[in-house]
Amino acid sequence: MDFSVFLQPAFSGGGTYLDWVLSGTKWTLLVSILAWIIAFIVGSVLGVLRTTPLAVLRAPATVYVEVFRNVPLLVQMFIWYFVLPEIVPLGMGDWMKTRMPMPEFWNAVLCLGFYTASRVAEQVRSGIQSIPIGQTYAGLAMGLTRGQVYRHVLLPMGYRIVIPPLTSEFLTIFKNSSVALTIGVLELTAQARQISEYTFRTFEAFTVATVIYVLITLVVTVGMRTLENKVRVPGYIGSAGK
Amino acid sequence: MIEIRNVSKWYGEFQVLANCTTRVSKGEVVVVCGPSGSGKSTLIKCVNGLEPFQQGDVVVDGISVSAKDTNLPKLRARIGMVFQNFELFPHMSVIDNITLAQIKVLGRSREDAIEKAHALLKRVGLTEQAPKYPGQLSGGQQQRVAIARGLAMDPIAMLFDEPTSALDPEMINEVLDVMVELAQEGMTMMVVTHEMGFARKVAHRVIFMDRGEIVEDAVKEDFFGKPRSERAQHFLSKILHH
Repeated sequence: MDFSVFLQPAFSGGGTYLDWVLSGTKWTLLVSILAWIIAFIVGSVLGVLRTTPLAVLRAPATVYVEVFRNVPLLVQMFIWYFVLPEIVPLGMGDWMKTRMPMPEFWNAVLCLGFYTASRVAEQVRSGIQSIPIGQTYAGLAMGLTRGQVYRHVLLPMGYRIVIPPLTSEFLTIFKNSSVALTIGVLELTAQARQISEYTFRTFEAFTVATVIYVLITLVVTVGMRTLENKVRVPGYIGSAGK
Repeated sequence: MIEIRNVSKWYGEFQVLANCTTRVSKGEVVVVCGPSGSGKSTLIKCVNGLEPFQQGDVVVDGISVSAKDTNLPKLRARIGMVFQNFELFPHMSVIDNITLAQIKVLGRSREDAIEKAHALLKRVGLTEQAPKYPGQLSGGQQQRVAIARGLAMDPIAMLFDEPTSALDPEMINEVLDVMVELAQEGMTMMVVTHEMGFARKVAHRVIFMDRGEIVEDAVKEDFFGKPRSERAQHFLSKILHH
């Protein structure tokens, strides 16, 4: 074992192999966090739609969730990167293939975001549906519109209830971001593989990558736990924590 | 004030309300009783449109609940409702529970809403509990907050759906006392309850329901003195002698 390899000048790019690792970490964080923002927003909207009494709103959300949740992420990654430019209108396809800035990166973000949205949607839906119907009745009975009932009654409690499963989804997105290497995003796993190929230090390269993934997920876990405690409802039975 | 005209409702094949007709005049207190599954809770939820019905109509203060062009939230805001399981919003303090609809539905200023809430909390004997959360209160206290929440909207009538059924015996009276006081002040009330003591004390009329039908609809003295139907006699004998 010799971790000094990371201080050696890299094969290309002018820096050391440590710079490759840091660059990979940066792209892993960027892909994951941007994808999470998409997943959280789109997933919340879909999750809410799946709980509405209107079938015309529920049906498309259900179709979305079933499609995106049940197609392997790797396949989706290839579809976004290789297939989509061929099936969109010609002008846009040309733009995606030639002039789109950082196409690998943005396709990875969109793919991971819209895929994870389907999973977030299911969590949000189950959170809302775990709230007794009487809460909705109480909100409607005092004259709130259905939208206001979601805004002030169902979502604040629903999100609190699903913080633990949402934490899992948030952690998973960092791990799933490694799939982006298949379309050429030089994120952490890709860099680790590259270092191992250039230096034959496979063990060291993937050990460092592992440690960084663990550190990222630890920070996320602690952050979400802090959030959970911060929004805990006094006296509410069933809320996590002490 | 409240007119229920030939209301019928089915869940699929099963008829839960059969041609129900009755009325509650201004200042009148009407108690609805009957065995479980008799449709009394469903009937009271039809009054403010929480339960849709297939036939008949409910007219509140001249406005039809089932008409397409009725602004239901606006109508509901004028009718207070208290539920069996309190249905306070667990993530909001007592004061926020009472001010939410005042601010969001009636458009009152926050200061006015808080002032109103404090006055009502004083009235139900819970001045000290304003900053607490529902989970920190006893059932009886929660139900009194729920009554205050309903009254905060200056309703033209109050609906009570088994307000004491989920309470421990020692807490029933603190809630009934508030309701008796309300009745004596002339509030129009429709109360689903098995508390025949309450009915004897303040009700003007008693409605007895069985299998979705209004079997008996009589002034209090007649109902307790000489119920006409056998089913009402049977029901009374069961709940009064033990």
